[in-house]
Amino acid sequence: MEKFGFTILKARHINYDANDKSVAEYIYEREPTFRVCIECGCCAATCTTGNFTSFSLREINILLKRGELDKVNENLKKCMLCGKCTLVCPRGVNTRNVITLAREALKNNFKDAV
Amino acid sequence: MSEMQHRIIVIGAGAAGMETAGQLAKAGCSVTLVEKEEKTGGNVRSWYHLFPDHRDSGEVIGYLDSMISKENIDLLTGTVVEGLEKDQGRFVLRTGDGRELEADAVVISTGFDLFRSERKEEYGYGIYDNVISSANLELMFRKGEVLRHDGEIPRRIGLVHCVGSRDEKVGNPYCSKLCCVTAVKQAMELRKKISNARIYCFYMDMRMGGALYEELYRESQEQYGINYIRGKVSEVAENIDTRLIVKVEDTLAGRPLRMELDMLVLMAGMEMSEGGSMLARKAGLKTGENRFFATADHHFGSNKSEINGIFYAGTCTMPMNITETISHARAAVADVLDYLNTIGA
Repeated sequence: MEKFGFTILKARHINYDANDKSVAEYIYEREPTFRVCIECGCCAATCTTGNFTSFSLREINILLKRGELDKVNENLKKCMLCGKCTLVCPRGVNTRNVITLAREALKNNFKDAV
Repeated sequence: MSEMQHRIIVIGAGAAGMETAGQLAKAGCSVTLVEKEEKTGGNVRSWYHLFPDHRDSGEVIGYLDSMISKENIDLLTGTVVEGLEKDQGRFVLRTGDGRELEADAVVISTGFDLFRSERKEEYGYGIYDNVISSANLELMFRKGEVLRHDGEIPRRIGLVHCVGSRDEKVGNPYCSKLCCVTAVKQAMELRKKISNARIYCFYMDMRMGGALYEELYRESQEQYGINYIRGKVSEVAENIDTRLIVKVEDTLAGRPLRMELDMLVLMAGMEMSEGGSMLARKAGLKTGENRFFATADHHFGSNKSEINGIFYAGTCTMPMNITETISHARAAVADVLDYLNTIGA
Protein backbone atom coordinates (compact mmCIF):
# COMPACT_ATOMS: atom_id res chain seq x y z
CA MET A 1 0.00 0.00 0.00
CA GLU A 2 1.16 3.53 -0.76
CA LYS A 3 2.48 5.35 2.32
CA PHE A 4 1.61 9.04 2.42
CA GLY A 5 3.33 9.79 5.69
CA PHE A 6 0.10 9.94 7.66
CA THR A 7 -0.07 8.33 11.04
CA ILE A 8 -2.75 8.10 13.65
CA LEU A 9 -1.79 10.03 16.77
CA LYS A 10 -2.36 8.44 20.11
CA ALA A 11 -4.69 10.46 22.32
CA ARG A 12 -2.89 12.49 24.96
CA HIS A 13 -5.61 12.08 27.57
CA ILE A 14 -4.97 10.68 30.95
CA ASN A 15 -7.10 7.60 30.48
CA TYR A 16 -8.51 7.94 33.94
CA ASP A 17 -10.96 5.04 33.80
CA ALA A 18 -8.44 2.57 32.45
CA ASN A 19 -5.49 3.72 34.54
CA ASP A 20 -4.36 1.72 37.54
CA LYS A 21 -5.08 3.60 40.74
CA SER A 22 -4.32 0.64 42.98
CA VAL A 23 -0.98 2.08 44.11
CA ALA A 24 -2.73 5.26 45.27
CA GLU A 25 -5.37 3.14 47.03
CA TYR A 26 -2.62 1.14 48.71
CA ILE A 27 -1.08 4.36 50.05
CA TYR A 28 -4.43 5.95 51.05
CA GLU A 29 -5.15 2.96 53.24
CA ARG A 30 -1.83 2.99 55.05
CA GLU A 31 -1.03 6.71 55.03
CA PRO A 32 -4.27 8.73 55.01
CA THR A 33 -2.40 12.07 54.92
CA PHE A 34 -1.59 11.22 51.29
CA ARG A 35 -5.11 12.47 50.46
CA VAL A 36 -4.67 15.99 51.77
CA CYS A 37 -1.90 17.22 49.45
CA ILE A 38 -2.80 20.57 47.86
CA GLU A 39 -0.02 20.51 45.28
CA CYS A 40 1.72 23.59 46.70
CA GLY A 41 5.11 22.30 45.63
CA CYS A 42 6.88 23.10 48.88
CA CYS A 43 8.27 19.56 49.00
CA ALA A 44 9.66 19.80 45.49
CA ALA A 45 11.14 23.26 46.09
CA THR A 46 13.12 22.11 49.09
CA CYS A 47 14.10 18.71 47.66
CA THR A 48 17.82 18.15 47.12
CA THR A 49 17.18 15.46 44.52
CA GLY A 50 14.74 17.71 42.68
CA ASN A 51 17.37 20.41 42.35
CA PHE A 52 19.48 18.17 40.16
CA THR A 53 17.13 15.63 38.60
CA SER A 54 13.60 15.64 37.32
CA PHE A 55 12.28 14.40 40.64
CA SER A 56 9.24 16.17 42.08
CA LEU A 57 7.30 14.62 44.93
CA ARG A 58 4.38 16.92 44.13
CA GLU A 59 4.31 15.52 40.61
CA ILE A 60 4.63 11.94 41.87
CA ASN A 61 1.68 12.57 44.16
CA ILE A 62 -0.59 13.64 41.35
CA LEU A 63 0.64 10.96 38.93
CA LEU A 64 -0.05 8.24 41.49
CA LYS A 65 -3.55 9.60 42.01
CA ARG A 66 -4.17 9.62 38.25
CA GLY A 67 -2.67 6.18 37.79
CA GLU A 68 0.13 7.37 35.48
CA LEU A 69 2.56 4.90 36.92
CA ASP A 70 5.31 4.68 34.30
CA LYS A 71 6.92 8.00 35.15
CA VAL A 72 6.48 7.40 38.86
CA ASN A 73 8.34 4.15 38.76
CA GLU A 74 11.20 5.74 36.89
CA ASN A 75 11.52 8.54 39.42
CA LEU A 76 10.82 6.97 42.78
CA LYS A 77 14.24 5.42 43.16
CA LYS A 78 15.86 8.86 43.12
CA CYS A 79 14.51 9.86 46.55
CA MET A 80 17.12 9.62 49.32
CA LEU A 81 14.51 9.73 52.10
CA CYS A 82 16.16 12.74 53.73
CA GLY A 83 12.77 14.00 54.94
CA LYS A 84 13.13 17.72 54.21
CA CYS A 85 9.81 17.56 52.37
CA THR A 86 8.10 16.30 55.52
CA LEU A 87 9.47 19.29 57.43
CA VAL A 88 8.08 21.89 55.04
CA CYS A 89 4.73 20.33 54.11
CA PRO A 90 1.99 22.75 55.25
CA ARG A 91 -0.64 20.00 55.21
CA GLY A 92 1.22 17.58 57.41
CA VAL A 93 1.57 14.89 54.75
CA ASN A 94 3.91 12.15 55.88
CA THR A 95 5.76 12.41 52.60
CA ARG A 96 8.51 9.97 53.45
CA ASN A 97 6.01 7.26 54.23
CA VAL A 98 4.22 8.02 50.95
CA ILE A 99 7.45 7.30 49.07
CA THR A 100 8.14 4.14 51.04
CA LEU A 101 4.63 2.84 50.50
CA ALA A 102 4.69 3.72 46.81
CA ARG A 103 7.92 1.75 46.42
CA GLU A 104 6.38 -1.14 48.29
CA ALA A 105 3.22 -1.17 46.17
CA LEU A 106 5.11 -0.82 42.91
CA LYS A 107 7.44 -3.65 43.84
CA ASN A 108 4.42 -5.93 43.85
CA ASN A 109 3.13 -4.57 40.54
CA PHE A 110 6.26 -4.05 38.53
CA LYS A 111 9.07 -6.45 37.87
CA ASP A 112 11.62 -3.68 37.50
CA ALA A 113 10.48 -1.72 40.51
CA VAL A 114 12.92 -0.39 43.07
CA MET B 1 -38.01 48.97 75.26
CA SER B 2 -38.60 49.81 78.92
CA GLU B 3 -38.02 53.29 80.39
CA MET B 4 -34.94 52.10 82.25
CA GLN B 5 -31.89 52.32 80.01
CA HIS B 6 -30.17 49.05 79.40
CA ARG B 7 -26.49 48.91 80.12
CA ILE B 8 -24.26 47.06 77.67
CA ILE B 9 -20.53 46.50 77.82
CA VAL B 10 -18.63 46.17 74.54
CA ILE B 11 -15.12 44.73 74.85
CA GLY B 12 -12.68 45.93 72.18
CA ALA B 13 -12.88 49.18 70.23
CA GLY B 14 -11.83 48.10 66.76
CA ALA B 15 -14.17 48.24 63.77
CA ALA B 16 -16.58 45.66 65.25
CA GLY B 17 -16.72 47.15 68.74
CA MET B 18 -17.11 50.72 67.55
CA GLU B 19 -19.91 49.81 65.15
CA THR B 20 -21.64 47.70 67.82
CA ALA B 21 -21.37 50.46 70.44
CA GLY B 22 -22.64 53.09 68.01
CA GLN B 23 -25.63 51.04 66.88
CA LEU B 24 -26.55 50.06 70.46
CA ALA B 25 -26.35 53.71 71.50
CA LYS B 26 -28.62 54.63 68.58
CA ALA B 27 -31.11 52.05 69.86
CA GLY B 28 -31.13 53.83 73.22
CA CYS B 29 -28.80 51.64 75.27
CA SER B 30 -26.19 52.98 77.62
CA VAL B 31 -22.89 51.58 76.37
CA THR B 32 -19.49 51.19 77.99
CA LEU B 33 -16.83 50.56 75.37
CA VAL B 34 -13.68 49.04 76.86
CA GLU B 35 -10.39 49.12 74.95
CA LYS B 36 -6.98 47.90 76.15
CA GLU B 37 -5.01 50.25 73.87
CA GLU B 38 -4.88 54.01 74.33
CA LYS B 39 -6.43 54.54 70.91
CA THR B 40 -9.54 53.15 69.27
CA GLY B 41 -9.65 51.74 65.73
CA GLY B 42 -7.81 48.46 66.25
CA ASN B 43 -6.16 46.84 63.26
CA VAL B 44 -7.74 49.23 60.75
CA ARG B 45 -5.44 51.95 62.04
CA SER B 46 -2.31 50.15 60.89
CA TRP B 47 -3.56 49.86 57.30
CA TYR B 48 -3.03 52.65 54.77
CA HIS B 49 -5.26 51.90 51.80
CA LEU B 50 -8.00 49.30 51.74
CA PHE B 51 -9.05 46.75 49.15
CA PRO B 52 -10.87 46.54 46.81
CA ASP B 53 -11.18 50.27 46.04
CA HIS B 54 -7.87 51.65 47.47
CA ARG B 55 -9.85 53.83 49.85
CA ASP B 56 -7.88 55.59 52.57
CA SER B 57 -8.39 53.73 55.85
CA GLY B 58 -8.74 57.16 57.48
CA GLU B 59 -12.22 57.39 55.97
CA VAL B 60 -13.29 54.21 57.74
CA ILE B 61 -11.69 55.42 60.98
CA GLY B 62 -13.55 58.70 60.57
CA TYR B 63 -16.84 56.87 60.17
CA LEU B 64 -16.14 54.65 63.21
CA ASP B 65 -15.16 57.66 65.31
CA SER B 66 -18.44 59.34 64.41
CA MET B 67 -20.28 56.18 65.47
CA ILE B 68 -18.90 56.33 69.01
CA SER B 69 -19.08 60.07 69.60
CA LYS B 70 -22.46 59.78 71.26
CA GLU B 71 -23.57 60.88 74.69
CA ASN B 72 -24.61 57.46 75.88
CA ILE B 73 -21.27 55.82 75.05
CA ASP B 74 -18.69 55.78 77.79
CA LEU B 75 -15.28 55.00 76.29
CA LEU B 76 -12.65 53.48 78.57
CA THR B 77 -9.32 53.26 76.76
CA GLY B 78 -6.19 51.78 78.30
CA THR B 79 -8.43 49.38 80.18
CA VAL B 80 -7.76 45.67 80.41
CA VAL B 81 -10.47 43.16 81.29
CA GLU B 82 -9.51 41.05 84.30
CA GLY B 83 -12.68 39.02 84.69
CA LEU B 84 -16.20 38.58 83.41
CA GLU B 85 -18.91 36.81 85.38
CA LYS B 86 -22.64 36.32 85.17
CA ASP B 87 -24.41 36.84 88.46
CA GLN B 88 -28.19 36.47 88.74
CA GLY B 89 -28.81 37.42 85.14
CA ARG B 90 -26.48 40.41 85.17
CA PHE B 91 -22.85 40.68 84.15
CA VAL B 92 -19.96 41.95 86.22
CA LEU B 93 -16.77 42.92 84.45
CA ARG B 94 -13.63 43.59 86.48
CA THR B 95 -11.01 45.86 84.96
CA GLY B 96 -7.25 45.82 85.45
CA ASP B 97 -7.43 49.02 87.48
CA GLY B 98 -9.82 47.42 89.95
CA ARG B 99 -13.15 48.77 88.78
CA GLU B 100 -16.31 46.69 88.56
CA LEU B 101 -18.71 47.45 85.75
CA GLU B 102 -22.23 46.03 85.62
CA ALA B 103 -24.27 45.32 82.53
CA ASP B 104 -27.37 43.56 81.22
CA ALA B 105 -25.46 42.12 78.29
CA VAL B 106 -21.91 41.96 76.94
CA VAL B 107 -20.59 42.06 73.38
CA ILE B 108 -17.10 40.72 72.81
CA SER B 109 -15.30 42.28 69.86
CA THR B 110 -11.68 41.56 70.68
CA GLY B 111 -10.69 41.17 67.04
CA PHE B 112 -7.61 39.47 65.65
CA ASP B 113 -3.82 39.65 65.85
CA LEU B 114 -1.68 39.41 62.75
CA PHE B 115 0.39 36.23 62.58
CA ARG B 116 3.88 36.96 63.90
CA SER B 117 5.93 36.16 60.82
CA GLU B 118 9.10 35.31 62.75
CA ARG B 119 7.34 32.07 63.71
CA LYS B 120 7.76 30.98 60.09
CA GLU B 121 11.51 30.94 60.58
CA GLU B 122 12.42 29.59 57.16
CA TYR B 123 11.15 32.83 55.58
CA GLY B 124 13.74 34.84 57.49
CA TYR B 125 11.55 37.53 59.01
CA GLY B 126 13.54 39.16 61.80
CA ILE B 127 16.69 37.52 60.39
CA TYR B 128 17.07 39.21 56.99
CA ASP B 129 16.47 42.98 56.93
CA ASN B 130 14.64 42.99 53.63
CA VAL B 131 12.03 40.42 54.56
CA ILE B 132 9.08 42.45 55.81
CA SER B 133 5.43 41.77 56.65
CA SER B 134 2.32 43.10 54.94
CA ALA B 135 1.75 45.37 57.96
CA ASN B 136 5.31 46.75 57.70
CA LEU B 137 4.63 47.56 54.05
CA GLU B 138 1.44 49.47 54.93
CA LEU B 139 3.53 51.55 57.30
CA MET B 140 5.99 52.29 54.48
CA PHE B 141 3.11 53.28 52.20
CA ARG B 142 1.84 55.66 54.86
CA LYS B 143 5.30 57.19 55.28
CA GLY B 144 5.37 57.63 51.53
CA GLU B 145 8.53 55.67 50.77
CA VAL B 146 9.21 52.03 50.13
CA LEU B 147 12.89 51.39 50.64
CA ARG B 148 15.22 48.51 51.36
CA HIS B 149 17.11 48.50 54.61
CA ASP B 150 20.15 50.01 52.85
CA GLY B 151 18.03 52.89 51.54
CA GLU B 152 17.85 51.61 47.96
CA ILE B 153 14.61 51.49 46.04
CA PRO B 154 13.65 47.81 45.58
CA ARG B 155 13.23 46.86 41.91
CA ARG B 156 12.33 43.21 42.30
CA ILE B 157 9.79 42.47 44.96
CA GLY B 158 8.17 39.18 45.96
CA LEU B 159 4.94 38.76 47.89
CA VAL B 160 4.40 35.47 49.70
CA HIS B 161 0.81 34.37 50.26
CA CYS B 162 -0.38 32.14 53.12
CA VAL B 163 2.17 33.10 55.79
CA GLY B 164 0.68 31.66 58.95
CA SER B 165 -2.43 30.47 57.12
CA ARG B 166 -3.24 27.04 55.67
CA ASP B 167 -0.16 25.80 57.45
CA GLU B 168 -0.25 23.00 59.96
CA LYS B 169 3.38 23.54 60.82
CA VAL B 170 2.45 26.77 62.62
CA GLY B 171 -0.83 25.36 63.94
CA ASN B 172 -3.09 27.39 61.64
CA PRO B 173 -4.79 25.03 59.20
CA TYR B 174 -7.43 27.60 58.20
CA CYS B 175 -7.44 30.15 55.39
CA SER B 176 -7.28 33.77 56.58
CA LYS B 177 -9.22 34.69 53.47
CA LEU B 178 -7.97 38.28 53.13
CA CYS B 179 -4.27 37.86 52.50
CA CYS B 180 -4.67 36.96 48.81
CA VAL B 181 -6.54 40.15 48.03
CA THR B 182 -4.19 42.12 50.28
CA ALA B 183 -1.29 40.81 48.20
CA VAL B 184 -3.02 41.87 44.99
CA LYS B 185 -3.73 45.31 46.42
CA GLN B 186 -0.22 45.77 47.78
CA ALA B 187 1.35 44.53 44.55
CA MET B 188 -0.58 47.20 42.63
CA GLU B 189 0.39 49.91 45.11
CA LEU B 190 4.03 48.87 44.90
CA ARG B 191 3.91 49.13 41.14
CA LYS B 192 2.29 52.57 41.38
CA LYS B 193 5.00 53.72 43.74
CA ILE B 194 7.94 52.15 41.88
CA SER B 195 7.00 52.28 38.22
CA ASN B 196 9.75 49.98 36.91
CA ALA B 197 9.50 47.42 39.70
CA ARG B 198 8.96 43.77 38.85
CA ILE B 199 6.53 42.21 41.24
CA TYR B 200 5.91 38.52 41.85
CA CYS B 201 3.15 36.94 43.93
CA PHE B 202 3.80 33.41 45.16
CA TYR B 203 0.47 31.74 45.79
CA MET B 204 -1.04 28.29 46.33
CA ASP B 205 -4.57 29.25 45.27
CA MET B 206 -5.86 32.72 44.47
CA ARG B 207 -8.82 33.02 46.80
CA MET B 208 -10.69 35.93 45.33
CA GLY B 209 -14.05 35.25 46.94
CA GLY B 210 -15.10 38.76 47.94
CA ALA B 211 -16.92 41.52 46.11
CA LEU B 212 -14.68 42.97 43.37
CA TYR B 213 -11.68 40.84 44.36
CA GLU B 214 -11.52 38.95 41.06
CA GLU B 215 -11.80 42.23 39.17
CA LEU B 216 -8.90 43.60 41.19
CA TYR B 217 -6.85 40.48 40.40
CA ARG B 218 -7.48 40.90 36.70
CA GLU B 219 -6.69 44.62 36.84
CA SER B 220 -3.41 43.82 38.59
CA GLN B 221 -2.43 41.62 35.63
CA GLU B 222 -3.76 43.86 32.86
CA GLN B 223 -2.87 47.32 34.11
CA TYR B 224 -0.01 46.68 36.50
CA GLY B 225 1.80 43.69 35.04
CA ILE B 226 1.90 41.79 38.29
CA ASN B 227 3.36 38.28 37.87
CA TYR B 228 1.79 35.30 39.57
CA ILE B 229 3.76 32.15 40.28
CA ARG B 230 1.95 29.11 41.62
CA GLY B 231 3.97 27.54 44.39
CA LYS B 232 4.50 27.84 48.10
CA VAL B 233 7.85 29.33 49.01
CA SER B 234 9.74 26.70 50.97
CA GLU B 235 12.70 28.75 52.16
CA VAL B 236 14.47 32.07 51.82
CA ALA B 237 18.19 32.79 52.03
CA GLU B 238 20.26 35.94 51.72
CA ASN B 239 23.34 36.30 49.51
CA ILE B 240 26.42 38.42 50.14
CA ASP B 241 24.79 41.44 48.43
CA THR B 242 21.85 41.16 50.83
CA ARG B 243 19.55 40.08 47.98
CA LEU B 244 17.05 37.43 48.91
CA ILE B 245 17.08 34.03 47.26
CA VAL B 246 13.67 32.43 47.14
CA LYS B 247 13.20 28.71 46.68
CA VAL B 248 9.87 27.62 45.26
CA GLU B 249 8.52 25.04 42.86
CA ASP B 250 6.80 26.57 39.88
CA THR B 251 4.12 23.93 40.13
CA LEU B 252 2.55 24.82 36.79
CA ALA B 253 5.83 24.51 34.93
CA GLY B 254 6.66 21.48 37.10
CA ARG B 255 10.18 22.63 37.92
CA PRO B 256 11.92 24.17 40.92
CA LEU B 257 12.50 27.88 40.52
CA ARG B 258 15.13 30.18 42.00
CA MET B 259 14.76 33.91 42.07
CA GLU B 260 16.76 36.79 43.44
CA LEU B 261 14.76 39.61 44.99
CA ASP B 262 15.43 43.00 46.58
CA MET B 263 12.57 42.72 49.00
CA LEU B 264 10.13 40.08 50.18
CA VAL B 265 6.75 40.87 51.72
CA LEU B 266 5.05 38.19 53.83
CA MET B 267 1.24 38.17 53.79
CA ALA B 268 0.64 37.52 57.48
CA GLY B 269 -2.57 35.69 58.32
CA MET B 270 -5.12 36.43 61.01
CA GLU B 271 -5.19 34.74 64.41
CA MET B 272 -7.40 34.92 67.45
CA SER B 273 -6.08 37.89 69.44
CA GLU B 274 -4.13 37.27 72.61
CA GLY B 275 -6.59 39.47 74.46
CA GLY B 276 -9.44 37.35 73.14
CA SER B 277 -7.78 34.08 74.20
CA MET B 278 -7.22 35.46 77.69
CA LEU B 279 -10.81 36.62 77.95
CA ALA B 280 -12.02 33.19 76.80
CA ARG B 281 -10.11 31.55 79.64
CA LYS B 282 -11.21 34.07 82.25
CA ALA B 283 -14.88 34.05 81.27
CA GLY B 284 -15.04 30.32 80.55
CA LEU B 285 -16.02 30.80 76.91
CA LYS B 286 -15.45 28.09 74.33
CA THR B 287 -13.02 28.50 71.49
CA GLY B 288 -13.08 26.43 68.31
CA GLU B 289 -10.35 24.38 66.70
CA ASN B 290 -8.95 27.47 65.03
CA ARG B 291 -8.78 29.15 68.45
CA PHE B 292 -11.30 31.86 67.57
CA PHE B 293 -14.40 32.12 69.79
CA ALA B 294 -16.80 29.24 69.06
CA THR B 295 -20.21 30.62 68.17
CA ALA B 296 -23.48 28.96 69.17
CA ASP B 297 -24.44 28.03 65.61
CA HIS B 298 -22.55 28.35 62.39
CA HIS B 299 -25.58 29.42 60.34
CA PHE B 300 -27.94 31.30 62.62
CA GLY B 301 -26.06 31.89 65.83
CA SER B 302 -22.81 33.41 64.64
CA ASN B 303 -23.16 36.30 67.12
CA LYS B 304 -24.10 34.15 70.12
CA SER B 305 -21.86 32.53 72.69
CA GLU B 306 -22.89 29.55 74.80
CA ILE B 307 -23.60 31.96 77.66
CA ASN B 308 -26.96 33.67 77.26
CA GLY B 309 -26.31 37.42 77.21
CA ILE B 310 -22.74 37.32 75.92
CA PHE B 311 -22.45 38.05 72.20
CA TYR B 312 -19.68 38.22 69.62
CA ALA B 313 -18.99 40.73 66.89
CA GLY B 314 -16.37 40.65 64.16
CA THR B 315 -13.04 38.92 63.75
CA CYS B 316 -12.90 37.41 67.22
CA THR B 317 -14.99 34.62 65.64
CA MET B 318 -13.24 34.18 62.27
CA PRO B 319 -11.26 36.16 59.70
CA MET B 320 -13.45 38.86 58.13
CA ASN B 321 -12.96 41.93 56.01
CA ILE B 322 -14.19 45.35 57.15
CA THR B 323 -17.51 45.10 55.31
CA GLU B 324 -18.25 41.73 56.89
CA THR B 325 -17.09 42.97 60.29
CA ILE B 326 -19.48 45.90 60.23
CA SER B 327 -22.38 43.68 59.08
CA HIS B 328 -21.54 41.16 61.80
CA ALA B 329 -21.48 43.95 64.40
CA ARG B 330 -24.92 45.13 63.29
CA ALA B 331 -26.22 41.58 63.48
CA ALA B 332 -24.86 41.34 67.03
CA VAL B 333 -26.90 44.42 67.92
CA ALA B 334 -30.08 42.74 66.64
CA ASP B 335 -29.33 39.72 68.87
CA VAL B 336 -28.62 41.95 71.89
CA LEU B 337 -31.88 43.89 71.49
CA ASP B 338 -33.81 40.64 71.11
CA TYR B 339 -32.16 39.30 74.27
CA LEU B 340 -33.01 42.47 76.22
CA ASN B 341 -36.64 42.09 75.18
CA THR B 342 -36.80 38.47 76.36
CA ILE B 343 -35.24 39.19 79.77
CA GLY B 344 -37.47 42.27 80.04
CA ALA B 345 -35.00 43.94 82.36
